[in-house]
Amino acid sequence: MTTEEIVRELELKIFTGGELASRELSGGYVSDLLSDVMGHAKEGEVWITLQSHANVVAIASLKELAAILLVKGIEPDGAVVEKAREEGVTILGTNEDTYTITGKLFLLLNKE
Amino acid sequence: MNTYVADLHIHTVLSPCGDLEMSPGNIVEKAAEKGLDIIAVTDHNHCGHARLSRELGAGLGIWVVYGAEINTREEVHCLTFFDTDEQLSIFQQELERNYVKIPNDTSLFGHQIIVDEQEQIVEEIKHSLYPGLKWSIGEAAEVVHKLGGLFVPAHVDRAGNGLFSQLGILPEDLEADAVEIWRRTTREAAKNEYPELKQYTLIQNSDAHFLEDIGRSGNRYTMKARNFNELRMALRGEKGRTVLEL
Repeated sequence: MTTEEIVRELELKIFTGGELASRELSGGYVSDLLSDVMGHAKEGEVWITLQSHANVVAIASLKELAAILLVKGIEPDGAVVEKAREEGVTILGTNEDTYTITGKLFLLLNKE
Repeated sequence: MNTYVADLHIHTVLSPCGDLEMSPGNIVEKAAEKGLDIIAVTDHNHCGHARLSRELGAGLGIWVVYGAEINTREEVHCLTFFDTDEQLSIFQQELERNYVKIPNDTSLFGHQIIVDEQEQIVEEIKHSLYPGLKWSIGEAAEVVHKLGGLFVPAHVDRAGNGLFSQLGILPEDLEADAVEIWRRTTREAAKNEYPELKQYTLIQNSDAHFLEDIGRSGNRYTMKARNFNELRMALRGEKGRTVLEL
């Protein structure tokens, strides 16, 4: 499944990186501790978080994550958006909380 | 130049986790007993014990720096220091506007009490001082610097509420006057683990929540006198002022 498809299925907002959305996803990772994401998230995953500090972009780029998915209607500020564009990082958003969106994404990625 | 021993991270009974014995009076007495020249009272997200601590400290020959240990939106703990009563009042007003107000459950988190010189309770803060403020770390640093204060991320290498646990890497645009490392490490070990810390003066403090812990860590500050400008220069490593390991 690609980023494009989960955006459509889960009605996600695209803040940056819409042009990269054909990328195939390898799974998801959920954490708000950036040190944990650095250590444990894997390439091609969607990272679900409420952290919107500019460092999320650096870490998504470092770990070659497919996208950052911000929960609860949290929006990245201008500087974060700009940095994400520079780094080629996709930032998505949802109004749902972490539990709900993670459950939906899990079902979506694991259906036959 | 003179040398002063300083412990710039001490909690009073106003912090939910601060021991009930941690009144301003007891703290400055213990600091004097431990031979400290300078302390900072840094409660979680509140400056309510700063003035009394300074008054009582002055009587014992201790300079008490105004401050607080704030918790940012990313849950990064940061020390903030201020010079004047006016800065302190304005900063407390700014804090009031940036609290996420959740009632404090004293049975779970402890009391948040402001006392007077006679150790009588003057005020109890009803909302929890534990949650992160609405400020991001960058916004918090900006507010502090606009007021003329100093901004020092706290115990950056600690597993909980440190800059590295919360944010993974040092933000490129971080405006810090110095950086506090965990009292149990050494400067050398911290710089080995996080080479990007080499650009900052690294300080260590007790982070005391109990009287007997005051002064268990700290630094020797080489400065001309005990005042805020000198402290700023020492933290920033300017004009021959330095901060040395104990």
